[in-house]
Amino acid sequence: MPDHRQVLIAGSGPAGLTAAIYTARAQLQPVVVEGEPSSTGDQPGGQLMLTTEVENYPGFVEGIMGPDLMSAMRAQALRFGAELVTAKVTRVDLAASPFGVWTGPPDTPEPTYRADTLIVSTGARALMLGVPNEDRLVGHGVSTCATCDGFFFRDHHIAVVGGGDSAMEEAIFLTRFASKVTVVHRRDRLRASRIMQERAFAEPKIEFRWNAQVTAVHGHDKVAGVRLRDTLTGEESDLPVTGLFVAIGHEPNTGIVKGQLDIDGNGYIRTFGGTRTSVDGVFACGDVQDHVYRQAVTAAGSGCMAALDAERWLRDRG
Amino acid sequence: MSEIVAVDDATFDEHVKTADVPVLVDFWAEWCGPCKMIAPVLEEIAQEQAGKLRILKLNIDDNLDITRRYDVMSIPTLILFKDGQPQARLIGAKPKGQLMAELAAFL
Repeated sequence: MPDHRQVLIAGSGPAGLTAAIYTARAQLQPVVVEGEPSSTGDQPGGQLMLTTEVENYPGFVEGIMGPDLMSAMRAQALRFGAELVTAKVTRVDLAASPFGVWTGPPDTPEPTYRADTLIVSTGARALMLGVPNEDRLVGHGVSTCATCDGFFFRDHHIAVVGGGDSAMEEAIFLTRFASKVTVVHRRDRLRASRIMQERAFAEPKIEFRWNAQVTAVHGHDKVAGVRLRDTLTGEESDLPVTGLFVAIGHEPNTGIVKGQLDIDGNGYIRTFGGTRTSVDGVFACGDVQDHVYRQAVTAAGSGCMAALDAERWLRDRG
Repeated sequence: MSEIVAVDDATFDEHVKTADVPVLVDFWAEWCGPCKMIAPVLEEIAQEQAGKLRILKLNIDDNLDITRRYDVMSIPTLILFKDGQPQARLIGAKPKGQLMAELAAFL
């Protein structure tokens, strides 16, 4: 028999855990399917588990470490009685409320849970380049987590690919260890916020390679360099780095709801008037439905909205 | 009490080379989010596999010799040793089921 719940939350970043705090305080006994350990951004706690200092989350004057912020949110959700399950949602059936949610093998006839309302907060994960040798050299010079691996690049020359805030944050963080950080960006200007640009430009260890794309990673056992292609002239060259950090953007984790919820042109879940989705009783919050703001505080804010929307939905159906 | 013993540069060889069962070493650090994520998973595995597998942890911050000897460049890295020799290397945080599936061949 599926476990029947009023509220099921898929995902446990700032959006999912805020929704858990609110629905738990409202006595709705939510279950949070929090995800499974990984090093790419779809793990319990979400993308903040791979960051260091979060300087712009309100209330922390001196900043707070990403993993510490998430463990505090988790503890706060538990305090109000939310149930957290370390598993991944493998399938959902959104035909009608109560929705079927599977956390084990997706081909079993009975779902693990039946949920009156479903809050989708599965977030986004970092994109990789998809160039030759990149996958094979993960952990041998190619990194998906600057904060985890920066330490191993003391006095190395490393490349950071990307031109947004995440790329600047990684590049600046990596100057603590590296002798030189080359930011490789395919355009001639950064997409990053002004404050991050200024910090990056002021850092003597950071140099920029504009209009350049990484087309391959060199190396047998370890990264020995990357191949660059000039996006204007098409000219190819080698950059002799021993580390490669990729921060070229994110992809929403929409795999489980594809074909059942409306998705926008960018691949994100479409929401209407708050956090409602194309299916009545299903709500979406955080980065899985937002490619514009993508901040911890906006994710948390939309998690609160989803919780209130779900609560109202349950009350109206009474 | 924790089943997982912390080792350092000085005690690593003694623990790994004299073990009569396969040894899994968790290379970790305090500042690594994914390392914290898998710590409870490793604790569970250590208890379930007691007698068949020993799990050790090595803080890479304080123990650079061993970290360099095995060319660890990313954490968490788990290395499985049998008779003192590295047999398998698992890089990055992974769910328990996947860890066990990758370790199964060596147990």
